[in-house]
Amino acid sequence: MLSFIVRRLAVAIPTLLILVVLSFILMYAAPGGPFNSERPLPPEVLANIEAKYGLDQPFWKQIVNYVVSVVTQFDFGPSFQYKDRTVNDVIAQGFPVTLTYGFWSFVVAVTIGVSLGVAAAIKQNTWIDYFAVGVSIGAQVLPNFVMAPILLLVFTLWLGWLPGGGWNGGQWQFLIMPVIALSTSYMASIARITRSSMLEVLNTNFIRTAQAKGLPMRRVIWRHAMKPTILPVLSYLGPAFVGMITGSVIIDVFFSTGGIGQFFVNSAFNRDYSVIMGITILVGTLTILFNLVVDILYAWIDPKIRY
Amino acid sequence: MSLLEIEDLMVTFTTADGDVHAVNGVSFNIDKGETLAIVGESGSGKSQTAFAAMGLLAKNGRASGVARFDGKDLLSMSQREFNKIRSKDMAMIFQDPMTSLNPYLRVSDQMAEVLMLHNGVSKKAAITEAVRMLDAVRIPDARARVTMYPHEFSGGMRQRIMIAMSLLCEPRLLIADEPTTALDVTVQAQIMQLLGDIRKDFGTAVILITHDLGVVAGFCDRTLVMYGGQVMEEGSTDDIFARPTHPYTSGLLKAVPRLDKDEGELVTISGEPPDMSNLPQGCPFSPRCPVQLDRCSTQRPALETFGDRRRACHLPINEVT
Amino acid sequence: MFPNRAAVEGVADSMQLAEVKGRSLWADARIRFFRNRAAVISLIMLAGVAAFALFGGALAQYEGDYVDFSLIGSNAYLGVPSIETGHYFGTDSNGRDLFARTVQGTGISLMVGVIGALVAVIVGTLYGATAGYYGGRVDGIMMRIVDVLMSIPFMFVLILMLVIFGRSIFMLFLGIGLISWLDMARIARGQTLTIKNKEFVEVAVATGVRPSKIILRHIVPNLLGIVIVYATLLVPNMIIFESFISFLGLGVQEPATSLGALINEGSRTMQFGYYWQIAFPLFFFVATIFAFFFVGDGLRDALDPKDR
Repeated sequence: MLSFIVRRLAVAIPTLLILVVLSFILMYAAPGGPFNSERPLPPEVLANIEAKYGLDQPFWKQIVNYVVSVVTQFDFGPSFQYKDRTVNDVIAQGFPVTLTYGFWSFVVAVTIGVSLGVAAAIKQNTWIDYFAVGVSIGAQVLPNFVMAPILLLVFTLWLGWLPGGGWNGGQWQFLIMPVIALSTSYMASIARITRSSMLEVLNTNFIRTAQAKGLPMRRVIWRHAMKPTILPVLSYLGPAFVGMITGSVIIDVFFSTGGIGQFFVNSAFNRDYSVIMGITILVGTLTILFNLVVDILYAWIDPKIRY
Repeated sequence: MSLLEIEDLMVTFTTADGDVHAVNGVSFNIDKGETLAIVGESGSGKSQTAFAAMGLLAKNGRASGVARFDGKDLLSMSQREFNKIRSKDMAMIFQDPMTSLNPYLRVSDQMAEVLMLHNGVSKKAAITEAVRMLDAVRIPDARARVTMYPHEFSGGMRQRIMIAMSLLCEPRLLIADEPTTALDVTVQAQIMQLLGDIRKDFGTAVILITHDLGVVAGFCDRTLVMYGGQVMEEGSTDDIFARPTHPYTSGLLKAVPRLDKDEGELVTISGEPPDMSNLPQGCPFSPRCPVQLDRCSTQRPALETFGDRRRACHLPINEVT
Repeated sequence: MFPNRAAVEGVADSMQLAEVKGRSLWADARIRFFRNRAAVISLIMLAGVAAFALFGGALAQYEGDYVDFSLIGSNAYLGVPSIETGHYFGTDSNGRDLFARTVQGTGISLMVGVIGALVAVIVGTLYGATAGYYGGRVDGIMMRIVDVLMSIPFMFVLILMLVIFGRSIFMLFLGIGLISWLDMARIARGQTLTIKNKEFVEVAVATGVRPSKIILRHIVPNLLGIVIVYATLLVPNMIIFESFISFLGLGVQEPATSLGALINEGSRTMQFGYYWQIAFPLFFFVATIFAFFFVGDGLRDALDPKDR
């Protein structure tokens, strides 16, 4: 198991380096960026960058500087927009927010999605099944940027039950709509995958064997069918994680929650490249780490995978 | 009273292309300790007969007629009632050992749960018993290997594990559905030998479902030949082999390649197996029958008893070659 | 966000099965597809949406970029959808005809979806088939690259690129297409591994046909079923992608528009009671996505008649 994890890390680390270098090259090539003089930066900012990277240094030296400071000190350098803030300040402010509602969205999507899918598969062709299939098809055409305005319209404008935005330290009233908007479509996909996976597993020979042994249905489902059912769901969690992180941009824009998505969009419009890069690298790191965890879980559940 | 009584059993599947009649009025009995072979080509309804008796039909299938185990009506049983006799009184092993064991669970867990459920023993005692049973089916080094996963065993070994698992509660009836089809010829012989020994040691009645006549001879007391979901003929295995009374059986026997005679070409039964969603009105075998009479295609022959044999054919016995 | 890979792979298995049975797979599939009511209705709906995008412009009474200044500020009363004013879908808060804009937005969204899916499918199939055909070390390196690319959050990189290189439809196509070819590459590779051991490929190899020709003439045609299903399921995802980008204001540029951009505007003016401004684009968005999903599902079930 340990060598399996080590080998996975051996892939993950170069991937991260590639991401860092790629972002830096993009930024370097950017017209209107700090490294060419199309747009004059405020002198204080310029001084910050100068001190950090040395603009008179050759290109490769700048890359090395950047990579070294990112990797060894988790230091993404100064913002190009604000003279008194670093990228780390921005992340420290926005990331906890994103993490909070992201975590809950993930929990909601997985627990409700899996339960709904399992229930639908066991009660195939009953109202539970039709309900679950209906919900998951419906939710698939309602991505977060459609869900968000609908929720706002209903719960804030019409019913007046929930605040229309803000964070307020993560109080539950402020958490509900972001979590629903972010999790719904993934919940639906997970339910769909779980359902079809469970149906497929229930048709296998080893489930027939389990039934022939006289095991009660409950035990057949939990003990024999659950592990193979969950494997495709597990593979989907990686893409779902990426999707949710991406979706957080929409959430932040809509509900003014103040997560990293909001800073990302602002920076994109203001050409604050170091913030964009910092957030991209952070998100990439999270994704790679998450995929690593998924891989390990997968290997742990499926005895046929050799480490 | 027979151990298992099947009378006029019908199994029908509802599909998008219409109803498929897999079993059409099958009847037979099996007594304690007896061995019965059910022979027929794929799609003749032999497996579905067994599944109906075990209550394991697919969701879109339904059975009617009579099926009694030890006097208890099987077809009216709920799954909960079925679970009390499955494996405990009536066990089944399947065609494909490669996929019949759960690949995600250790062999020890899969075997132990049967005993823990039916006999209420502790897990430790159950595993000890499982090891003993694995020894009985001649799994080498069973004590160490019992905690392995199924993919760490070969096909023949997996079928041995299946057999051991099905015998844990010492059932009175074992239904073996093509237990050797997926295995190598040498392994086939070992498994059949094992089933024979088990029958002697435990006194278990065995229903052997197969399309391979070679497996039947020397193992089963009686043989039942099925075609198109119906019984063609039944009798003691020796009689059936020596004097078939149905053109289908005699066709099957002629199609078995023999080493002691030089026949030149392999003999086959010409034509296609029947379409189970649209069976002929008369005898299901009539479109392929080499000696059919006029009424064969319009009138279904009844299953008649004579002596200790039964047959369903319009042709007089002495005219069947 | 992408179609379920395992589900798509079943298609190829059943195609090979059908080949063994010697039946015409496509004829069978057509019958099964037309028996699937949801898929057929969706196909008709899709044709309707496409016709709307292509010919709707002829019905519009106004140009999409014509601004009726008299309406600005009193949109809630004067911009209501009506047959008499010729603003069938009403006007937006800038006094532009929403019907004409919805026609244009639907067209652009469909185009982005289809072209994006095509780019993804073509690149992915060729890449995957090449990796699978050569196998060994080439395969190892090529698929490792796919693994690496897969764990990069591409939406962020795409936004970064749109910001750096400026917004353009071309950039959008490229970005969206490049994000989504990875899964297709994996599927195509897996299927190629089985196809390349078939007799007809071995014969081609033995008779000295060039590898590039074997891939294009012998392997790719056999991937067709899977490619069609995957492409159909990819189009709605592409449309969602584009809408996402446009929603952030990084997609198509004014005065051109797409469904995502229209929904964005609509969601901002919703609170003033201009419900039609979100309702009409949303209707076409949902209808298109729904229809593509059902047609894709129908195609998959038709080509892979396993009960799911």
